[in-house]
Amino acid sequence: MTRVSRRGWLLPSYYWALLALLYLPILVLLVFAFNDGTILAFPLRGFTLRWFTELFATEALMRSLRNSVVVAAGSSLVATTLATCGAIAVMRFEFRGKGLFLSVALLPLYVPFVVLGVALLLFLSTVGLPRSLWTIAAAHTVVGFPYALLILVARLVGFDRHLEEAAMNLGATYWQTLRRVVLPLIAPAIFAGWLTAFTVSFDEFAVANMVVGREPTLPVYLYSQLRMTARLPRVIAMATLIMAITLAIFFTLLWLHRLMARPPAATSPVRP
Amino acid sequence: MTPAVELRGLGKRFADQVAVDEVSLAIAPGEFFSLLGASGCGKTTTLRMIAGFESPSAGQVLLAGDDITARPAHLRPVGMVFQHYALFPHLSVFENIGFALRLRRTPNAEVARRVGQALDMVRLPGLEHRRPGQLSGGQQQRVALARALVSRPAVVLLDEPLGALDLKLRKAMQIELKTLQREVGITFVYVTHDQEEALTMSDRIAVMDHGKVVQMADPRTIYERPASRFVADFIGVSNFLPGRLRTAGGDVQIELSGGQLVRGGAVQDLPDGREVTVAVRPERMRLIATGSAGSAGPGWNEVAGVVRNVVYTGSDTQYFVELGTGGTVMVRVPNDAAAEQRIGAAAADRVRVVWEPSASAVLKD
Repeated sequence: MTRVSRRGWLLPSYYWALLALLYLPILVLLVFAFNDGTILAFPLRGFTLRWFTELFATEALMRSLRNSVVVAAGSSLVATTLATCGAIAVMRFEFRGKGLFLSVALLPLYVPFVVLGVALLLFLSTVGLPRSLWTIAAAHTVVGFPYALLILVARLVGFDRHLEEAAMNLGATYWQTLRRVVLPLIAPAIFAGWLTAFTVSFDEFAVANMVVGREPTLPVYLYSQLRMTARLPRVIAMATLIMAITLAIFFTLLWLHRLMARPPAATSPVRP
Repeated sequence: MTPAVELRGLGKRFADQVAVDEVSLAIAPGEFFSLLGASGCGKTTTLRMIAGFESPSAGQVLLAGDDITARPAHLRPVGMVFQHYALFPHLSVFENIGFALRLRRTPNAEVARRVGQALDMVRLPGLEHRRPGQLSGGQQQRVALARALVSRPAVVLLDEPLGALDLKLRKAMQIELKTLQREVGITFVYVTHDQEEALTMSDRIAVMDHGKVVQMADPRTIYERPASRFVADFIGVSNFLPGRLRTAGGDVQIELSGGQLVRGGAVQDLPDGREVTVAVRPERMRLIATGSAGSAGPGWNEVAGVVRNVVYTGSDTQYFVELGTGGTVMVRVPNDAAAEQRIGAAAADRVRVVWEPSASAVLKD
């Protein structure tokens, strides 16, 4: 009996504490994004959408947003393309140094981003490459690649090899097999990998802050704005917006994951 | 006539393991040929070498006289039905079957006509727009077959295609597959571990063990004249009686361990006095209760024994008889009215086990 009653309050309190820790700060963010005042303190001073309208009027902020989108789109596209080739190579071909390739490819997941950022900064200054959005994009390609690779390898592990053999038996060359059978079947995984790499790049700060040039990405810009109190509400409004977009991406990923996990036989009931 | 498929000294070695060892055989056009063996005997590897998915370590594969050993899989005019069908889950039934035609840029009307024909052939019309996931196992099997047949290949390779179906459906499909094969006249190379399936459908069977073909013959010969103890044991059920060969004139006699002589079928090139095994199928043996008036045919073998066990299995009754010469044999008697009246033996009854000399296969091992 004691065990039951203990568990009776322990589990809910753990759950509520977790929820509070996770969502209270976000809730505060949300509240102040709509609060009509530049000082972030209670009592609240009334509802406003001013910060959101100012947000879109702040050119530097909009520029950094555009920079972030461009960098994220470019780097995730390259990372996903490389990851797709890499995953197919790893899963389908035997070659020397395969284990080494995988370890090296996944390394960015284990190296702290700050360390990676400093290393890249040193490298860039050594070879004399000027810092710009290009350098951020290159760095983010490296950072996003292992995420996309892991997602694609996981999909290809469950891929029936006989499907490829069947295609070849029916007269398809290797490339035709890839285009007509393999790629369509792993398309959801490619998309999920791309979306993940995009998100990682979009909110990555540590590396970007090191290799940034004159044009900042959004996280770098937001951080630079924190020093100026008057601009704080706008930063908060932006954060709220990003939060909403990230949530949308998260649910898209979740949906994709279900789509991939579902065996094809279950798509609809078999009619007798 | 040029064989549809010919294997010459075909071998496959994986690392330090020999999967297929010097397999040579020739399959005639229009033949239903089965590779039969337990899992790991090399039958699937042999099939995959014909399809071009594995490259042989030794030997050659010939298709209608052409050496295709070095030809890549996609250039070999052979169809294949995979064990789990390997239908493309993202394509409709129509596109699955039409896959090979689309690759060759066949005009739409022609694709539609031939896919329709193939679906008719496997008796599955009207399901063109379904996805494979929406079909039952039996239907998927038919789609896989239609896909393999649509480009009219000279040879179709089948890798345990009925393995995933339930028993009843499997039996029905066996007959249907055989009928279809005879109708279209395409050479079938069929891999299975199910001996009954091989016996039911094949024109010829190659029994494989440890990468080698141990016997190649028509089903009747394989069943009634097994070449070795392995074949006799693997195909159906056999009673084995150890003995010694005693050839006297044209008559083949075997002295069983108790000293009793039984007569056997033809035997080649074995010296007198050699140790042999006599294999007799349970359904070829008869029982006669000791003291009853019943008698065996003239010249039949006869060994006395005691019934130890009687097992009723519905269609027939199995009698386990301990022989006076040592060892136990199983005698299978069909449960028809005549047999029931004739035997009526129970456990501990003394009986005589009798069989025709031609029903005993004399084996070297």
